[in-house]
Amino acid sequence: MLKEYLTIKNISGPLLLVEDVEGVTYGELTEIKLDNGKLRRGRVLEIADSRALVQVFEGTRGISPENAKVKFLGKGQEIGVSPDIIGRIFDGAGLPIDGGPEIIPTKRVNINGSPMNPYARDYPNEFIQTGIAAIDGMNTLVRGQKLPIFSGSGLPHAQLAAQIARQAKVLKTGEKFAVVFAAMGITFEEANFFISDFGRTGALERSVLFINLADNPTIERIAIPRIALTVAEYLAYEQDMHVLVILIDMTNYCEALKEISAARKEVPGRRGYPGYLYTDLATLYERTGRIKGKQGSITQIPILSMPEDDKTHPIPDLTGYITEGQIILSRALHSQGIYPPIDVLPSLSRLKDKGIGEGKTRIDHADVMNQLYAAYARGEEAKEIAVVLGESALSPTDLLFMSFADLFERKFVQQGENENRTIEQTLDIGWKLLKMLPKTELKRIRPELLDVYYKGKMT
Amino acid sequence: MVTIELVLSEANVMDNGVVIKVSGPLVVAKNLSGTRIYDLVRVGQFKLFGEVIEIHGNEYFIQVYEETEGLGPGDPVYPTNQPLNVELGPGLIGSIYDGVQRPLDVLRNKLGDFITRGAESPPLNRTKKWRFHPTRKIGEEVIPGDILGTVKESSLIEHRMMVPAGIKGRVSRIKEVDTTVEETVATIETHSGVKEISMIQKWPVREPREVVRKLPPVMPLVTGQRVIDMLFPITKGGTACVPGPFGSGKTVVQHQLAKWSDADVIVYVGCGERGNEMADVLIELPQLKDPKSGESLMERTVLIANTSNMPVAAREASVYTGITIAEYYRDMGYSVALLADSTSRWGEAMREISGRLEEMPGEEGYPNYLASRLAGFYERAGNVICLGSDGRKGCLSVIGAVSPPGGDLSEPITQATLRVVKVFWSLDDRLASQRHFPAIHWLTSYSLYRDVVDDYCVSNIDSSWKENRRRAMEILQRESELEEIVRLVGIDALSYGDRLYMEVAKMIREDFLHQNAFDRRDTYTSLKKQYLILDNIIKFYNKAKELLKSNVEFSKIITIPSKEEIARSTLIPEDQLHKFTEIGSKIAAELNTLLPKDMVRSA
Repeated sequence: MLKEYLTIKNISGPLLLVEDVEGVTYGELTEIKLDNGKLRRGRVLEIADSRALVQVFEGTRGISPENAKVKFLGKGQEIGVSPDIIGRIFDGAGLPIDGGPEIIPTKRVNINGSPMNPYARDYPNEFIQTGIAAIDGMNTLVRGQKLPIFSGSGLPHAQLAAQIARQAKVLKTGEKFAVVFAAMGITFEEANFFISDFGRTGALERSVLFINLADNPTIERIAIPRIALTVAEYLAYEQDMHVLVILIDMTNYCEALKEISAARKEVPGRRGYPGYLYTDLATLYERTGRIKGKQGSITQIPILSMPEDDKTHPIPDLTGYITEGQIILSRALHSQGIYPPIDVLPSLSRLKDKGIGEGKTRIDHADVMNQLYAAYARGEEAKEIAVVLGESALSPTDLLFMSFADLFERKFVQQGENENRTIEQTLDIGWKLLKMLPKTELKRIRPELLDVYYKGKMT
Repeated sequence: MVTIELVLSEANVMDNGVVIKVSGPLVVAKNLSGTRIYDLVRVGQFKLFGEVIEIHGNEYFIQVYEETEGLGPGDPVYPTNQPLNVELGPGLIGSIYDGVQRPLDVLRNKLGDFITRGAESPPLNRTKKWRFHPTRKIGEEVIPGDILGTVKESSLIEHRMMVPAGIKGRVSRIKEVDTTVEETVATIETHSGVKEISMIQKWPVREPREVVRKLPPVMPLVTGQRVIDMLFPITKGGTACVPGPFGSGKTVVQHQLAKWSDADVIVYVGCGERGNEMADVLIELPQLKDPKSGESLMERTVLIANTSNMPVAAREASVYTGITIAEYYRDMGYSVALLADSTSRWGEAMREISGRLEEMPGEEGYPNYLASRLAGFYERAGNVICLGSDGRKGCLSVIGAVSPPGGDLSEPITQATLRVVKVFWSLDDRLASQRHFPAIHWLTSYSLYRDVVDDYCVSNIDSSWKENRRRAMEILQRESELEEIVRLVGIDALSYGDRLYMEVAKMIREDFLHQNAFDRRDTYTSLKKQYLILDNIIKFYNKAKELLKSNVEFSKIITIPSKEEIARSTLIPEDQLHKFTEIGSKIAAELNTLLPKDMVRSA
């Protein structure tokens, strides 16, 4: 029988200080029972002699030293997993919120996981088709990669996330694919959008959703990505599935972390975020990858909104240092009505080179990608010069590149929210655009490929 | 096993400490009297590794190298009465360790794909037999550092067994044997009795290994990277840092140096970085061939991998583990290069632990001893005379990546690093976004070894090495000034002389400095070839300048066909360097035809 303590001493933010405890360990889960019968949960953040510092997941509102009993459960936070979780929706505590029955777990797993042995890792090199040209064609996602989307408030990252969740697939047939979706601190409307979109399009059948709303306890946001990744690890390494994990919005996660750090009166690092933000984010992002000899894989697309669209803000900055590239959404493209507003030039997938080419996508992929990038960059540069010196200062070739850049945005980057392009279609659009440029300007493409693909003029 | 454990802990029960506080990786224990600061202890029932980092009266502050969930007051703490050591001996080469030298390959075979707590395995293989060839005879007098014998450790490295520090005397037993690392291979009679020497040595990681004395650096560390070797060289025994925002190619630079620099031994420390990058190194290195010997590059490499999600305290230790191993090979007389990616993660680990200790924070929350720790680390590099009576020389070069938040170089780690290192390779975001790699910016980077390396190259490569480099830098500098003007008033406003600067600067950037790490032919360039590529560009420049003076049309000069050949000359194989002379003569010939007829005659 577990002891109940009536010895709460201090309450500050989400933290409780409980005195005269015995046998309590670091990281242990606790239950706080209020006198109105309500139950809250928490976790031991620090234990010194007989004093335990407890972080309450649902917040401390309404708790007083007199009205609450604290029980220490003797284990860390766990989640029950089973193959039946696919197709279900849960809250931040791992309880179903879709009206379905409770999950009968085949086993319970600690949500913190263990670090993957670097020696056990297999290098990511297999293509995932998202059906979005600006990603597949230019910043290819590969299995086992973590590729964040850097967005901003008001940009359509939610639609993009839903589209990726809906369309993503691996090209080989017979491979099992699943999406684990964790939402942190999103609004009811956004959550509703995801749930109804997933339900409407049938994506729900292969997905697991974890939803923490903006008015749910902040502290749950710390646990929810860990729960999602624990489920993902189970599906990937025990059920042999290729799992795509979408985390939205990492900014809310980091804010939650900051809130707790401040409540603990820790010395802040940059801009008030805790000094261990990098390490903490890494414990999430690094739970991506492939393991030698295992069928499944985990791929991550964390989505974050950059405060003031500033890439050097600690959240995107530290994320960029951990993840393998980034997809950046542009406000300028968005205001021109281009969806998805992916800014191809600063976006980067570090692992793309190993996932494309013959046998993976198509033999001409790398060449087309580099040529499109170079031509678009040149067109954008020409546009800048035109702004300063006027179009008359440009050579005819530069003018051609300028109109190429416009068409690239309109035809290649832009696509419908329900348009699912195959990699062949994506590359063919690329060729169609490249044909408006003279053959001599296509220096990044090997001559033998030019002979095959550069036929006729664009109409 | 279980019974042994019980007996052991009962016997020690009086000496064991007791946990009184747990806060993340920091554990406070009491009753550890006899334990010294920086001693290693084992914490709790899982026997987690920890290090005593502060002592307040009877309270011992321990940084624990593993996840501390489940620890609580009352748990036992077992003293080991020794500092955090590394094991040194044959078998290091080709290994992959975590930050506290646990062999990751062995752990995976024993415990699976994830690192579980309290996992333990000796760093050096205890059962593998090595052939020990003595180089000393019975009756000879030896002092610390003397080489007693050798072991063929890998196809590239002959492991030299040295007399450990503090042992001096007469060899009383030594013979050629096949033996494991733990067995005695020699005995030495000293004043304080007979010492048995095995092939394994231990050394506390935080203590630099002894040398006779340090020497100034004289030789370049050839990296095969043109922008480095030609413009911002590093020496054997030198220090360098590579700061840059994310995506600017720090890790690719580090990987390139690990692959191609002409050190005998490479120690690569992946400190708080990506797991997939370590996987890349692990998969790629064994397949790459050393340009000189043709052997696999793994045959000279030791890897330390403490990725960002592995415990932060072990990350703090990882750079020390790495540099101690590097020093050990230096002491054998080898040229060693240590690559640390990234020292910022190491600094952050210090900050995290300092925060838990509730120390007074310095700038941006970093501890106030950040600068002295960084300086102490880089100062372990150098060109040295090793211990031992033969006066052999060894050297250790240290190259640290720095990851400044937001690419802002004014942050504490970058600034503290720049105060100690001699070479600064400044990675530029803008160059990276133009896909100019390596994105080392030629105007902001510097190397204080340039004169030393110039002297070496002038006498070993070509007498005009220094002059060419100086000219190239001048052109690049001029280009940046002219760019300002072009941006305001357009290229047509420039004189032809200035437009030539722009044109040649572009050649230097695109045809010389730009180097494709992923192209088999371009990834490594020897010093000689580097010189030849640049020399043709400079020759073109000098000749073109002359022609402009004779009023030859600018557009004709810059469109001569052989200019294309310069652009492609980076792909000329190392064994066909004569082609450069051919290109050189072609340029001269083509430019000469542009001269007005009468001038050719008069010339």
